[in-house]
Amino acid sequence: MTIMTPMTMPRSWTPIRTDRRRFLGLIACAGGAALLPGRPAFALDSAGARALIDRSLGEVYQVINSGQPAAQMYQQFEAIFARYADVDVIARSALGPMARQTDAPVFADYRQSFQGYIGRKYGARFREFIGSRIEVTGARPLKSFYAVTSVAHLNGRAPMEVEWHVSDRSGQDLYFNIIIEGVNMLASERAEIGAMLARRQGDVTALAADLRQAG
Amino acid sequence: MPPIFRPLVPVAALALTALVAAGCASAPVQQDGITINDPYEAQNRRVHAFNKGLDARVIGPVANRLKGSDEDDSAPRDPDAPIGPLQMVINAGRNLSLPVKSVNGLLQGKPRDAGANLARFAVNSTVGLGGIFDPATDSFGLTERNTDFGQTLAVWGVPEGAYLELPLLGPSTQRDAVGQVADLLIDPLYHLLDGPEAGAVFGLRVASKAGDRARFGDTVDGILQGSADSYAQTRLIWLMNRRFDLGETRDDYDPYDDAEVMDPYQD
Repeated sequence: MTIMTPMTMPRSWTPIRTDRRRFLGLIACAGGAALLPGRPAFALDSAGARALIDRSLGEVYQVINSGQPAAQMYQQFEAIFARYADVDVIARSALGPMARQTDAPVFADYRQSFQGYIGRKYGARFREFIGSRIEVTGARPLKSFYAVTSVAHLNGRAPMEVEWHVSDRSGQDLYFNIIIEGVNMLASERAEIGAMLARRQGDVTALAADLRQAG
Repeated sequence: MPPIFRPLVPVAALALTALVAAGCASAPVQQDGITINDPYEAQNRRVHAFNKGLDARVIGPVANRLKGSDEDDSAPRDPDAPIGPLQMVINAGRNLSLPVKSVNGLLQGKPRDAGANLARFAVNSTVGLGGIFDPATDSFGLTERNTDFGQTLAVWGVPEGAYLELPLLGPSTQRDAVGQVADLLIDPLYHLLDGPEAGAVFGLRVASKAGDRARFGDTVDGILQGSADSYAQTRLIWLMNRRFDLGETRDDYDPYDDAEVMDPYQD
């Protein structure tokens, strides 16, 4: 944690335009985010984003190390995903422009199927992390959100970089993207859901039914 | 050139010529900030269908059988537990890839990476019983610096070129396809060893790749057999990962670059 000295204080407080990232970092480190005009008192900061990923990973590893059957694990991964990720915005983004043309009940049904699909699909990947550990290495502000970096140490393989994007734009602190060794979950799912939707000629209800069988 | 690879050269040349001839040029497209340069898509999709069929009928079943003979992975794995035969093969094969990685490190002007790979090779080949075990990581914290000649070409400023899916070898680019051939030609092991030994080294390295396929089989199956458009999904995932490994994400899509970050809240 950076200690603000009288020398660094004025430099970091005034030139917002020249060094905004550093400025935000210092604010976050000093726990002074609440002092920023126009931001709510509970605003997300680097430490908060990091803590969210720490908690989420803690729960994922509890499931991984529990030795339960795969189906049960996937259900618990889905529950963790629903608790810590912004499923609504991920599902919306994956659906692309069609999300705006979809009625609320149809979207809700799709969103629910999507959540289960993600739980199974990424749950299967997480099972390959058995015997590994993930270490959260840092957090920094990025655009309108925070990027939390972590390193996965797998047996007999080079360490893997896993980055989490955390935002409070939904009103809660939630992550909305995972980037594993450069592979962007949101980009992959936008392509995949796009292809599934095209196969159903744009029928979101049929897509939701397919998603319940997929992953 | 090592004699066992001499027949490969005309095959590789033929494959590349065929690809170039088949190409009806289409401009690169941007997909969520990721550049997709795939003028040979029609040809690539045919190769993909072949690779996918091969994986479903041959490689996948063999890999699953290999995996079945190893430890049951639904139980939590104790990091101190002895490694299974599958991991031993993966380790030994990977160990034999270190000399050429070291050469590439030097060609890229990264002597520290080259040294780390060489030291790893020395420790694991001896104390690690021919690379079966990995004391370099376990006792010395000396992890592998993964690299290849495709990366060397990237460091030298050669552009990525078009996306290619190669028979058996899978996703690549024009630059990486050249790199894959060059890696065989510059590998010091194949120059130091003669026929049968070089063949054994090559066999072990192929087995190691197969072992990786077995270990990460669920992921491969998920993408290859479970995807609505497995060709597009493989291409996207492979390109994102490859550019990340080469540190080339900055040119087109970079999660660290504010302007290019995918921000679903702005829709």
